Amino acid sequence: MNIPFPDLTPVIPEIILTVFASIFLIIEIFTERKSVLGYLSILAAGVGLYVLPMSQGETFGGMFISDSFSTYFKVIFLINVILTVLISLKYLRKENTEHGEYYSLILFSTVGMMLMASAKDMIVLYLGLELMALSTYILAGFKRQDIKSNEAAIKYFLLGAFSSALLLFGISLLYGMTATTDIYQIAAFLKKSGTTPVLMVSMVLIIVAFSFKIAAAPFHMWAPDVYEGAPTSVTAFMSVGPKAAGFAVIGRVFFEAFGSVQADWTVILIGICILTMAVGNIVALVQTNIKRMLAYSSIAHAGYALLGIIVGTPAGMEAVKVYLLIYAFMNIGAFAIVILLDKGEEISDYAGLAKSHPLVAAIMLVFMFSLTGIPPTAGFIGKFNLFAIAVNADYTWLVVVAVIFSAISAYYYLRVVMNMYMKTSTGDASITISPSLGIALFVTVAAMFAIGIFPSLVIP
Amino acid sequence: MITVPQLFFAYFAVAMTVLSLLVITAKNPVNSVLWMLALFFHIAGLYLFLNAEFLAAVQLILYAGAILVLFLFVIMMLNVKDEIIGKRFIKGWPVGIALVMSILAVIYFPISRLIQGPAGQYTIEAIRAETNSKVLGRVLYTDYLFPFEVASLILLIAIVGAMVLAKRRA
Repeated sequence: MNIPFPDLTPVIPEIILTVFASIFLIIEIFTERKSVLGYLSILAAGVGLYVLPMSQGETFGGMFISDSFSTYFKVIFLINVILTVLISLKYLRKENTEHGEYYSLILFSTVGMMLMASAKDMIVLYLGLELMALSTYILAGFKRQDIKSNEAAIKYFLLGAFSSALLLFGISLLYGMTATTDIYQIAAFLKKSGTTPVLMVSMVLIIVAFSFKIAAAPFHMWAPDVYEGAPTSVTAFMSVGPKAAGFAVIGRVFFEAFGSVQADWTVILIGICILTMAVGNIVALVQTNIKRMLAYSSIAHAGYALLGIIVGTPAGMEAVKVYLLIYAFMNIGAFAIVILLDKGEEISDYAGLAKSHPLVAAIMLVFMFSLTGIPPTAGFIGKFNLFAIAVNADYTWLVVVAVIFSAISAYYYLRVVMNMYMKTSTGDASITISPSLGIALFVTVAAMFAIGIFPSLVIP
Repeated sequence: MITVPQLFFAYFAVAMTVLSLLVITAKNPVNSVLWMLALFFHIAGLYLFLNAEFLAAVQLILYAGAILVLFLFVIMMLNVKDEIIGKRFIKGWPVGIALVMSILAVIYFPISRLIQGPAGQYTIEAIRAETNSKVLGRVLYTDYLFPFEVASLILLIAIVGAMVLAKRRA
């Protein structure tokens, strides 16, 4: 029997990251300086970014596709790796959890996300999701001595396994109907058959599973505890990567496979979208821990991004991608400040920061403004672009709801600002700067203003 | 008229439900695991009934052989006497049952009207002509080569994870 060797060109970025991640596991035994692996993982992500444009196409019998859609998401994932590693280097040393596997798992998780974005087959999609999720579960429990970190890992794992089961149930129903797992063949089949009750059940199951990954209400329960318990650098990583990957698969599955039954899933997503914005923004108001506050904020941002999916046009998806890119910069930036402070997990820790460390306070101010969506920061551009497209698609009422919740969100973001600028210092705010953290902050702040002032950088 | 395959399926379906209930209601965790062993045998039987001998064998070797042993190891670390005294169910269990039943109904009615998709290239006759494991192996290493490789990465992560979370560090 003659088996043709598959064309590997489209998978080269994934292969490079996998090779790096596997080699890390070996290097980790021989080196005492684990930060070397950190620099190497930045190199790996850089090489990945470099080869990304050259690796387009379809391979493995049409199971894997690398197109402009997946490439955009992969850029977000790789930027996420670089920024996360930059903020991790100092943090891991401080927390005394500097082990080489950390960087390896970050890369493996990213490979999983890239597979999700590129999956043209439900089986590849599921396996990519598991690869991503399993690595993140471990990363969440990376501070082994910390009971909260253990709790985060267990919670994330149990609920994640549950959502995987729902996804598999949904996929198996879809397979039972269409006898294929190929996303485009499913689309062709559904175009002919239209909506059936089984399709609805399978769609609901798949929506539930994906909502879990993007932390949309009412499937967000895990997020606050996991974000709070996980090591801060991992929280930054998880709040961007898996969320973007979740949106990538939502884009692929709902726009392509379920494209012909759009009216059915739009209704469900509108409900989830409003609930997500409500829960995220309102519960964030009462948080005192900044990691929990950012967890609820990330739930709320998933709600905004869902607007673009609900619109259901390619322009809507474009806006979601831009939003997620901007979100990656501003959210990791905010977490970088949390890491920069020696004691920065409670919002009250920020009292009087403007007096003792004016520059740090100013940078945090930029991120808080951006998360709220105040010009001239990138967050405004992302939100404006998203809302404008939803208005054009006649979802004005939904945008009004989103703007109201967005206004509510100003309260908790600006509370941090108020703490920094208007309250007197409790006197124990100290920072430890490191070069890598400085670079991360510089890049994220620069991105905030560059995109905020020249939106044409990201919006064609 | 009820045919023999239907009777066969009915037995396995009912037995599996009863065994599952026994697993969660048994007072002693060791009994639970043993009921689960019986449950796994029945699942294997169901696979055989679907002409999937290979899956049936894997089900027995992996689940009954490996996973149940792990379960027993964990139980060995528990204090079984405490477990027997403790309550089996949380207070709100009737609500849970009501919820599950309604979900079951929501899922059952559409599925009972499932129109099965077109048959694939591997019919029962085609598989019989070549034997089960041979066909499965070939599909796995050709059409599904890519998912197969990704699955191997997932297993690697599981090993790394066990090391990261459990290894003693200096």
